[in-house]
Amino acid sequence: MNIVVLVKYVPDATADRRFEADNTVDRVDVDGLLSELDEYAVEQALQIKEKRAEEEIEVTALTVGPEKAADAVRKALQMGADKGVHVIDDAIAGSDAIATSLVLAKAIEKLGAEKPVDLVVGGLASTDAGLSVVPAMLAERLGLPQVTLASVVETQGNQVRIKRDTDVATEVVGGTMPLVLSVTDQSGEARYPSFKGIMAAKKKPLETWSLADLGVDASQVGLAASWSVVEETAARPPRTAGEIVKDEDGSGAKALADFLASKKFI
Amino acid sequence: MSEVLVLVDAQNGAVKKPTYELLTIAKRLGTPSAVFIGAAGEAAGVAEAVKKYGAEKVYVIDDAQIKGYLVAPKAEALAQLAQQVSGAGKDLAAILLPSSAENKEVAGRLAIKLESGLITDAVDVEGDGTTTQSVFAGNYTVKAKVTKGTPIITVKPNSAAPEESAGAGEVETIAVSISDAAKTAQIVATQPRAATGRPELTEAAIVVSGGRGTGGDFTAVEALADVLGAAVGASRAAVDSGWKPHSFQVGQTGKTVSPQLYVANGISGAIQHRAGMQTSKTIVAVNKDEEAPIFELVDFGVVGDLHTVLPALTEEITKRKG
Ligand SMILES: Cc1cc2nc3c(=O)[nH]c(=O)nc-3n(C[C@H](O)[C@H](O)[C@H](O)COP(=O)(O)OP(=O)(O)OC[C@H]3O[C@@H](n4cnc5c(N)ncnc54)[C@H](O)[C@@H]3O)c2cc1C
Ligand SMILES: Nc1ncnc2c1ncn2[C@@H]1O[C@H](COP(=O)(O)O)[C@@H](O)[C@H]1O
Repeated sequence: MNIVVLVKYVPDATADRRFEADNTVDRVDVDGLLSELDEYAVEQALQIKEKRAEEEIEVTALTVGPEKAADAVRKALQMGADKGVHVIDDAIAGSDAIATSLVLAKAIEKLGAEKPVDLVVGGLASTDAGLSVVPAMLAERLGLPQVTLASVVETQGNQVRIKRDTDVATEVVGGTMPLVLSVTDQSGEARYPSFKGIMAAKKKPLETWSLADLGVDASQVGLAASWSVVEETAARPPRTAGEIVKDEDGSGAKALADFLASKKFI
Repeated sequence: MSEVLVLVDAQNGAVKKPTYELLTIAKRLGTPSAVFIGAAGEAAGVAEAVKKYGAEKVYVIDDAQIKGYLVAPKAEALAQLAQQVSGAGKDLAAILLPSSAENKEVAGRLAIKLESGLITDAVDVEGDGTTTQSVFAGNYTVKAKVTKGTPIITVKPNSAAPEESAGAGEVETIAVSISDAAKTAQIVATQPRAATGRPELTEAAIVVSGGRGTGGDFTAVEALADVLGAAVGASRAAVDSGWKPHSFQVGQTGKTVSPQLYVANGISGAIQHRAGMQTSKTIVAVNKDEEAPIFELVDFGVVGDLHTVLPALTEEITKRKG
């Protein structure tokens, strides 16, 4: 079985994230890392491999992104993925989800040409300006079933079953491989790379592909090919400092009630 | 004027408030048409409801072949409707969907089918199609516009005040054919969530949330919510501890809320939690640690024990209401 995990390199959420002059996310000067939400995808892929130890399963970590995005793949290799693919091309900078999904789809097709891909696993969302749409778009492009936003994943033979929470219900959804799966942060804590894992990762293959390798024309991707345009970005004005009171013998509740009344909430 | 399709959000035939918000927004862009994908028997009631908010047309798509499968059939149905509308020589100005996890996925597939630009989680849409989004945990606002095809926009709840206006509400049943390829992810079981009797988290005007500081006892949080007519929310720490189901979670990996008033109780204010509540109009917190980061956000804060402050507050509000 052949599993492809989608891992994205994102600016660190706890650092000062910002936009560049052309209104694209600054992915170069801000510290980045493997999107935390994609660690859950790597974890589920590895768990499937471990649970089906009698089979030969290869887990490939795939990223589309700038030079430093290789770090995201490396982290996946340290966690236990078998090999990595990094699609990098200057033309890709500024791509929206639609263009990104095109590049990912072509890369998965190229991997599939070597050995059929049974399972594509993505995360809940990119922790930067993520839309939670790339896995659905990939399913559309690849013509595969989409079994997405799983909080629980089970596989048996070529069957995949997931639990998915919607706004009004919990659903059980089933599909037959090959398919596109995505998992949420409810699917189970992701492992930390072990020392052994970190050492082993250094010897694992990490291929670098360009758009030409995928047969994608530069005009199909990047900022210029985007089907939407960001016209303006603005830092939200900091909230003006509010009033903080200490509760002493019930004074806090009264003060809070006064505040709520002044704002007409009561 | 060109048509604007608005996907109706309804449960058991009852239309939900975000639908009316979207119809109100649609009027800025063109002539609103509601799209109801659901049981044929519920269509008449839905049409009655949406025409009060300006729907000139109500397209009804029977969901018999749609509801048993995830996402793909809905995207196919909407694509076919969009093609029928624009094929009839009419202009399609935009397609608006209420922002939910599923609708975003539907919108994503639809964008590829129609070769149209997509904007998700808009909190405002102007008459020229310019959208406002809130990104990076609510630290930035972004204005964007679709430049290709029919703009497909998912809009968050509470993005507009619903305005009533009479529409013709002319019902038109649309036949769609769903491909076998779209019916490959099957919903094998559905467990509806138990009704809480409180407003829906993402739609509520007031949200009262509890975190690890509740110690697992949400009684005081819920009592305050009820006296304010509010929805109840929770931090991930409270959800991970099993005190509340994941559907209550506010934050990056839970719901994003933007109510008039957000009351955070025993919540420290981690960036991932802020991401889900930072755009609330008024923020209030009760926390026993005066150094808690949540106090950087608040309009009013009380340093104190929630187990004493909240019951006293609930009592005070009840008294003032008389
Ligand atoms: C990828 C990722 C995604 C995440 N997504 C989310 C998300 O969607 N939503 C979310 O909320 N978190 C999320 N988190 C977790 C987040 O980082 C925090 O760990 C979490 O928000 C902490 O919850 P808390 O504030 O309830 O708990 P704590 O941080 O432990 O804070 C508890 C607070 O309660 C106060 N307190 C204790 N006792 C009392 C009392 N008796 N009276 C008054 N105050 C009291 C304490 O002073 C403290 O400030 C995510 C984390 C990651 C890594
Ligand atoms: N550039 C990328 N490289 C690899 N995987 C990606 C990329 N962008 C998105 N993904 C995958 O798609 C998921 C959803 O992303 P998004 O739609 O951007 O929120 C992520 O969790 C990743 O698994």
